[in-house]
Amino acid sequence: MDLAQVKTTPLARLRQPWSDRRAELTLGAASLLVCVAVVAMVVFVAVHAWPTIEHNNGVSWLGSGGDLDRQLEGMVGTSVHPPVSAYHVRAWPLIYSTLLTTAIALALALPLALLSSIFIVEFAPAPLRRVIVPIVRLLASVPSVIYGLIGILVLVPFVGNHLITIPEKTAVQNEVELTGAGLLVTAVVLAVMIAPIMVALISQALASVPASWREGAMALGVHKLRATLAVSLKAIRPAIVAATALACARALGEVVMISMVSGSRTFAPNLTHGPLVFLYEPLRTLGSAIVDNREGFFGGAPAQSSTLYAFALLLLLAAIALSLGSYLVKRPLRKYQTR
Amino acid sequence: MSTFASSFTLEQSEAPRPTRGRGSSMRSWRLLDRLIFIAAWGAGLGLCLITGAIVVYMGVRGFQYLRPELLVTRPQEGASQEGAGGFLDPLIGTAVLTAIGLAIALPLGVCSAAWIVEYGRPSWLARMVESAIEIVAGTPDIVIAIFGLAIFELSFMGVFSSKSPSGVVIGRSFIAAGAMMSLIALPPLYAATRDGLQAVPAHIREAAFALGKTRIATIRRVLIPSVRSNIATGVTLGVSRIVGDTAIVLLLLAETSRNESAGSVPLLGFLRGTGSTLTSFVYDNSPAGEGKSADKAYAAAFVLLLFILALNWAVGRVSRAQARSSGFDVGGRL
Repeated sequence: MDLAQVKTTPLARLRQPWSDRRAELTLGAASLLVCVAVVAMVVFVAVHAWPTIEHNNGVSWLGSGGDLDRQLEGMVGTSVHPPVSAYHVRAWPLIYSTLLTTAIALALALPLALLSSIFIVEFAPAPLRRVIVPIVRLLASVPSVIYGLIGILVLVPFVGNHLITIPEKTAVQNEVELTGAGLLVTAVVLAVMIAPIMVALISQALASVPASWREGAMALGVHKLRATLAVSLKAIRPAIVAATALACARALGEVVMISMVSGSRTFAPNLTHGPLVFLYEPLRTLGSAIVDNREGFFGGAPAQSSTLYAFALLLLLAAIALSLGSYLVKRPLRKYQTR
Repeated sequence: MSTFASSFTLEQSEAPRPTRGRGSSMRSWRLLDRLIFIAAWGAGLGLCLITGAIVVYMGVRGFQYLRPELLVTRPQEGASQEGAGGFLDPLIGTAVLTAIGLAIALPLGVCSAAWIVEYGRPSWLARMVESAIEIVAGTPDIVIAIFGLAIFELSFMGVFSSKSPSGVVIGRSFIAAGAMMSLIALPPLYAATRDGLQAVPAHIREAAFALGKTRIATIRRVLIPSVRSNIATGVTLGVSRIVGDTAIVLLLLAETSRNESAGSVPLLGFLRGTGSTLTSFVYDNSPAGEGKSADKAYAAAFVLLLFILALNWAVGRVSRAQARSSGFDVGGRL
């Protein structure tokens, strides 16, 4: 090959063997792009959220007070340079609803995931295990809009028509209308969505516990289930915590399904209405507030879009904290090569 | 959110199961243990039942409402989808978004995996890149969508989307949505490639070095070809996340059910314009949206679920073929 000719076109130069140094720098630069994206994400969202934070005394926008829907609507009419008072917002109902749905979904999903992981790894007959692993994988990859569709067209009418009684509806009719869309359906569907993630991580960890550890316990006279509970589960505690953190991140970030089945009303479910009514009450989470008010980004209402950025900032910070947390928790596992 | 969840397999132990000894029968178990045992069976079968119920229900609704002409007719103009109109535009939108997302995420994911595994110097930087990808994997898609809006609304990004009559950059376009889609497709791609590279035994690299190949030549000629099936798995996972994502589409793309070009340049105009995807079509036509056509929502959701099923089947096939054929085990961990 004629070197002089090859060097003339840039494309041909790319086809030439690269020097290692150049390759390392190029690949490294490509990898760094992801870091840049993460930093840019935090910076951009924080900068856009800043007016809301600034005009609400730093943290008081996290508190409660007033009707949030009206506060958000009031922001639409304000001009391109809104007065400080336009930024007034109290987001506690959203934060409370987000935490509430996440907590209930986790409480439902964790036992389900633990039990089914034990089943998959220890008790499932081999043919069943070959089927159940792809099934769990499929469950994890069903798009949230399909969960939402089934929730809103099947579960919500069912709860609304068959579970909620007339006295329950009339008891709170002055405050909120019970249609079936609410905490119960949201938490149950959310639990089904996050359980497969936990099953994947927990059963992986469970399968990597050395068989000799359990056999040691069984040699001492306990049966298989006891050995699993006492030895394996204890050994993979960090993996369980990490799986829970990951599922928690997923639950916090779930938006579309919640926006469809939660009733999308800014309302904080109230336990004093009685436990059952509490479960039927509608709500709105941080993420679904962003989706429901998405036209605010395009309507030329800086106060509203800044407020929505502030909600996103909360979600972003929570996600970062959970990723770092699960990373730190998982570290001791590497010692045993059981990730 | 997890890159991990969607692609896990369990190594099955090859050792013969010990035959049951005396005393291992359940009769000697405590009541609590028996209950836990039954609950474990119930939980495992319950997950299967839920999946089965979802697939069967969507299948029944799909066969009920899906007619072939829906696939080839465009949606009605405006929000309402009652009456005529199908979802040709959403199908095209999904395909275009997948293509843009993959075009960005595939090189990025493979390059960063190769850099982390094969170079990884300085190590603090490598750790930073790894945790950055983990953070991206854990970030809610709605936050990624909002981030995309913040970027593509900047005035100098106007070439990538259209402008409103008053001259403000809108920030909604196929390019914007596709670029953000690449962020959610990146983590599974990266993880699959990295796991493949890590599973390539050291002697293969050493053989290449002994033949005088440089590191980068080894990566290009030896390592990448040998982890092709891992990359394929990663691509499939990435595609299934792009196809299934709704939040990014709702914020960055779906202003209309029809794909509307911005400007008159043929391809660029389309990419700068807004449109819809299957997910946003389902959302808009569910009672939560404005389309008011649950039949079409079911039909589109059925098509979407078929895509997801096909992708899942592909992942399973690729990883099984991998386990059977390759000389060394590049099991699809994570």
